[in-house]
Amino acid sequence: MGLTRQIRRTLLTKGGVHPKTHKYTASMKIAPGPNPERMVIPLSQHIGAPCEPVVEPGQRVLVGQKIGDSKAFVSAPVHSSVSGEVKSIGQFPHPLGNHGLAVEIASDRSGEISPDVRPAGDRVNMTPDEIRRAIREGGVVGLGGATFPTHVKLSPPEDKPIELVIINGAECEPYLTGDHRLMVERTADVIEGALLIRKAVGAKRIVIAIERNKPDAIEVMNDSRKGDDFEVVVLPARYPQGAEKTLIKSVTGREVPAGGLPMDVGVVVDNVGTAVAVRDCIYEGMPVVERIVTVSGDGIAGRGNLKVKIGTSFHELIEYCGGYKGEKGKLLMGGPMMGLAQYTDSVPVIKGTSGIIALAGETVFRQEPAHFVCIRCGRCVRRCPMNLLPYQIGDYCDAGMWEQLEGLNIEDCVECGCCSYICPTKNPLVQLIKVGKEGLDKRKKKIESLSSD
Amino acid sequence: MDWSIVWKAALALSGISLLFGVLLAVADMKFAVEIDPRIDDVLSVLVGSNCGACGFPGCQAAAEAVVEGKAAADVCLAGGPDIAREVGRIMGVDVEAKERGVALVFCKGGLTESPLRAVYQGINSCSAASKISGGGKACDYGCLGLGTCRNACPVNAIIIDPDHRRWINRDRCTGCGICVDVCPRDLIQMVPRDQEVLVVCSNRDKGKVARKLCSVSCIACRKCEKVCDFDAIHVENNCARIDYEKCTQCGKCIEECPNNVIVRVVPPRNYKPVTSAS
Repeated sequence: MGLTRQIRRTLLTKGGVHPKTHKYTASMKIAPGPNPERMVIPLSQHIGAPCEPVVEPGQRVLVGQKIGDSKAFVSAPVHSSVSGEVKSIGQFPHPLGNHGLAVEIASDRSGEISPDVRPAGDRVNMTPDEIRRAIREGGVVGLGGATFPTHVKLSPPEDKPIELVIINGAECEPYLTGDHRLMVERTADVIEGALLIRKAVGAKRIVIAIERNKPDAIEVMNDSRKGDDFEVVVLPARYPQGAEKTLIKSVTGREVPAGGLPMDVGVVVDNVGTAVAVRDCIYEGMPVVERIVTVSGDGIAGRGNLKVKIGTSFHELIEYCGGYKGEKGKLLMGGPMMGLAQYTDSVPVIKGTSGIIALAGETVFRQEPAHFVCIRCGRCVRRCPMNLLPYQIGDYCDAGMWEQLEGLNIEDCVECGCCSYICPTKNPLVQLIKVGKEGLDKRKKKIESLSSD
Repeated sequence: MDWSIVWKAALALSGISLLFGVLLAVADMKFAVEIDPRIDDVLSVLVGSNCGACGFPGCQAAAEAVVEGKAAADVCLAGGPDIAREVGRIMGVDVEAKERGVALVFCKGGLTESPLRAVYQGINSCSAASKISGGGKACDYGCLGLGTCRNACPVNAIIIDPDHRRWINRDRCTGCGICVDVCPRDLIQMVPRDQEVLVVCSNRDKGKVARKLCSVSCIACRKCEKVCDFDAIHVENNCARIDYEKCTQCGKCIEECPNNVIVRVVPPRNYKPVTSAS
């Protein structure tokens, strides 16, 4: 039984690549991070409406106190990760773009906890609505990196019942090991978080999906799981195994329809880190003010899995780990496949910072800005986990022929980067696709404005 | 030789061809597609570069749209008032003479003036670069200089030199506005053809920050505001803007500007003031 299932799962996993894992920090315990004096906490750390500041310069804030909130449904409040005085509210460098509104706090390093931080209740007594409300107040977002507000994900419409909760412990990105360490060190909390999520969506089963290259996590999870409706699924190691839609297909065999959401096939996927954050938020009342960040790469003297206060600057964190080593190459937020290159290390850690990877100068592939050159080998087509035609999409995007993109389902691209990784002519396919998505959007808007005139 | 084969074959073939000829003639009459002759007339006066700035796929489609009444007579953005008037004459409508502007990149900083803050590696296009932490340019509002507008221009009026400075050939620019749409930083705007004095900067940072990032940035010192006798120049969002209707092109602000952001440009050679419709 077990074997046939394994074979089926291996066969279901179409596409993907196998980059070198570089998981040097997999056996390093989660260590406390730095406690810097100056924190810059961006007010937009999630997908959705940015928060409005609810504090004023000069005001004293405590750990866990809300500093930003929004009335929009798709949004999540932001909390202070330190106690101290609000110095200013203004534009600061943001890891996801140029600049963004942020709250600058001068920390007194005492870590005084706000009286707002108190347990919300427990799983048995709370109703799904109460759980969702507590999760929203705690500012919990998808901590895998996508930062989609969790309370929105856990509010499926009534006509789409959720049958299965998948806890994503695949962690397929090279270098990153934060989720792996959480599963090993906080096994019970991951399971408790999963049970809370299950209660919130009213699902029956829970699956914890782990890649085969984390045997210690699989073992502890198997040892501590409770009941028959709680299953540990071992997946073949490949990238992007942890991408939501790929994961659902590997675990259940169901395919999320084009343009659809996991709830269309009765599934909710949450990251291991999110499950722990949900648990902390309900049982301790502590909102998301800290997260596990993997600091790694050959451009940094030290490495490790650190529990970092949100708002700590990359610079502070890298200095804490021993500073830069050798010639500076590239600084990435996230893993090397989907991570975002940074132009400065003064950007702060946000809720979506799963890792900080500094690559040394000699290991970075340098390429002059170039145009699209395709030799029609078709490797990108074979590797694409979403069954798209990256070479063709790339070609049209490069030429700016947005109208040709219709019908190629460019919106379904998860931007995993397999096509760029495998391309023998080193075409920046994902970047082209990102440009194409924007171009197609602009075109649709233009057509709408023309037809409305 | 039996000549009967030859004349029989000739007769049979002539018969068949006659039959088909009649069939084709009937079909032509029965399924005739009525084409408005004005479409061809309109098409012949349009620019014919198929630039697509009007939003229709080429000049033929634009001409059809005009004749069908789906587009106005001044559909051709590249053609300007003369062609609009010509189209109006064919369609029998009066066209109000509208002045076409000329495109201008509101950023003066090349690599020398505003150095790179990061090395950008990727697709040679501004829209791609601006999505990765805003590209390599130090100034957040400055031109990235990778040539998206140059590639989009249907009349090759934009040149980008190795120092990432842009030069728009004002004689060539038809004012179609395609470059305005493609610029990811919204730096390109249409200015009236007779406007000579311009503030070539789009900075929104405070003066202190802007001065660090670019040596030819507007630092919102408001000297131009004070010197202007006609109340035509104002600083909004840390950058000076000229009210083209009030400006008399006197050029006092050009002398006063400490960062040389205000410049005098040569009007297009083919520029002639618009006269009322004749």
